[in-house]
Order: sequence, then C-alpha cells, then structure tokens
Amino acid sequence: MALPLQSGDKAPGGGKRRGGVLMYLAGLVFAVVLTLASFWAADTHYVWQPAVPVLLAALAIGQMGVHVVFFFHISSGPDDTNNFLALAFGLFVVGLVVFGSMLIMSNLNANMMPMDRLMDMQR
Amino acid sequence: MSLVDALTETDHDTDKTPISERGPAPVEIVVAFGFWLFLLSDIVMFSALFAAYAVLSGQTAGGPAGPQLFDRMNVLIETGCLLASSFTCGLFTLSIEARNKPGAYLWAAVTFALGAAFLAFELTEFTRMIAQGAGPTRSAFLSAFFTLVGTHGLHVTFGLGWLLTMMAQVATLGFQPMVVRRLLCFSLFWHALDIVWIGVFTIVYLGAH
Repeated sequence: MALPLQSGDKAPGGGKRRGGVLMYLAGLVFAVVLTLASFWAADTHYVWQPAVPVLLAALAIGQMGVHVVFFFHISSGPDDTNNFLALAFGLFVVGLVVFGSMLIMSNLNANMMPMDRLMDMQR
Repeated sequence: MSLVDALTETDHDTDKTPISERGPAPVEIVVAFGFWLFLLSDIVMFSALFAAYAVLSGQTAGGPAGPQLFDRMNVLIETGCLLASSFTCGLFTLSIEARNKPGAYLWAAVTFALGAAFLAFELTEFTRMIAQGAGPTRSAFLSAFFTLVGTHGLHVTFGLGWLLTMMAQVATLGFQPMVVRRLLCFSLFWHALDIVWIGVFTIVYLGAH
C-alpha cells in the first residue's frame, strides 16, 4: 500500500508546500542585503580592522544559512531529519578539513627553521 | 490534553500506521535525498580546495598578490548574476511544479543567460590575469586561486550544459515524472553552486590582503 506523503521524509528543494514565490523573494532580499553588507564591510573604516575578517565570516555564514533555508527549504522540522543530519555531517567534515588544515599548516610554518639556516645546514 | 502532548503531536502521530509498515519512501524523495548527499560530498571536495587556498594564499613567490589582481566591481557583478540566477532558478522550479511549460522555458532561459554572463565575466578576468603574467604557474597562490575558482567555473559550465539538456527533454518528453525529478536535481545543483560562490567571494576576493 502506497502512502506517498507519510514516509516521514521530505525532498530537499521542493517548493510546493513552502510558500512559493514569496519564499524565494524573501531569500533573494536577505541574500542581496548580506552580499552588499559583505562588500561594504571589506572596505569600511567604521569597523576595527582586525575584526573585519570575523565580520565577513559571520556575514558569509549567515548568507549560506539564508540559501539553505529559503532556496533548499531545509529546516530542522520532523520531515527534514535525514536531510538535516546529512547537512550536519557535511558541515562537520568541511570544518575538520578547512580548520584542521589551517591549524596544522600554521603550526608547521611557525615551527619551521628559517629558510636561510636550512640551506646552510644542507651545504 | 497536556501541554507535552500538544507540543509533541505532529502530523504523523495522527497516522496510526507504524513507521516500519509504511513502506519505502516515494521515488522523488529517495532521488532528491541521494542528490543532496552528492551535493554535500561536492561541497566537501570544495572545502579541500578552500583549505589549500587558505594555506597558500600568502605564497606569492615575489609575484602579484590578490589586491593588485582583483577587481571588486567585477566580483560584485558576478555575484549579482549568480544570485539572480539562483532566484530565477527558484521561479523555474515553481513553474515545473505547476507544470507550466511557457513559464519553465522563460525562467530556464533567464537562468541560462545569467549563468552564461557570470562565466563570461569570470573568463574575462582569467584571460586578463594570464595576459598580465599572473597565470596559474606564477606562484602557489595563483595555482590555488585558479584551481578553486576554476573548479567552481567548471561546475557552472556543466550546469549550463545540464540545463540545455533538460530543456531539450522537456521539449521532447514533456513533464514526465522522470524528467521532473531530473529538473529538481538540477535546481538543487544550481543553488549549491551559489553557496560555494559565497565562500569564494568572501575568502578569495574580499579576504584578499
């Protein structure tokens, strides 16, 4: 017996039951505002300069969230459990790869012998 | 009814069929979930390129660095094209769900034009940089730059080809369930490219110093 809508799952990206045009329009408005804010933040002198990368990262993560919610229609609701868990695992791996690489490489860089002394040793 | 019951009641609690007896999920949900997993694995691949770029972005080998090469206005226009195409791709999805053929053709054409404009701006930037002697062989920074941004550009190129293929299928096969599933996978792919681009313009172009 087929019970199409009762499997407890929802396809990512389906727009039928999720507000239609308004959903995409809201996503576009949020995304445009966050994009312009990013370009503004990169050049501004109103923000303490060392804080600018943090601000840019926050704006980018916010905009990615907007895209996931308004364009992919992924939520944390009961119909989205599988989609959401897959997303969480993906983000976990992305975080490990990016921050792990940066941490290890900056550590190696800081502990590496200066190049001229390394060349002296090889003579 | 207690408050806890009211809060935990979902649509499924009214359905008395146990979850083990509801049978497999419908095909469109299985297909979309599988494609979602592929997209996440693609994003994991991009994360490796991002990590390489973050590590190598300072290694210019005496060559030009980011701020001398990048044109913010160009990047803003590229971002606008891709963002607008993501929105028109959403309208494209809605036309497909409404089985509205003229609407689907219109929004597919707009999405294609915006994606092609993005690619044109990107290729112009690449050729200008290579003409300035800042090609991928100049420094580790530029190798990482061309690999990361070029891979994203290749994805966009592939997406444009996929969109053309799908419109040919809509023209010949119509809105068969199989074709509709592929169209929805395409729209997911297109939205995912936009998410990767947010990382690119933030880390590569705005983060350049």
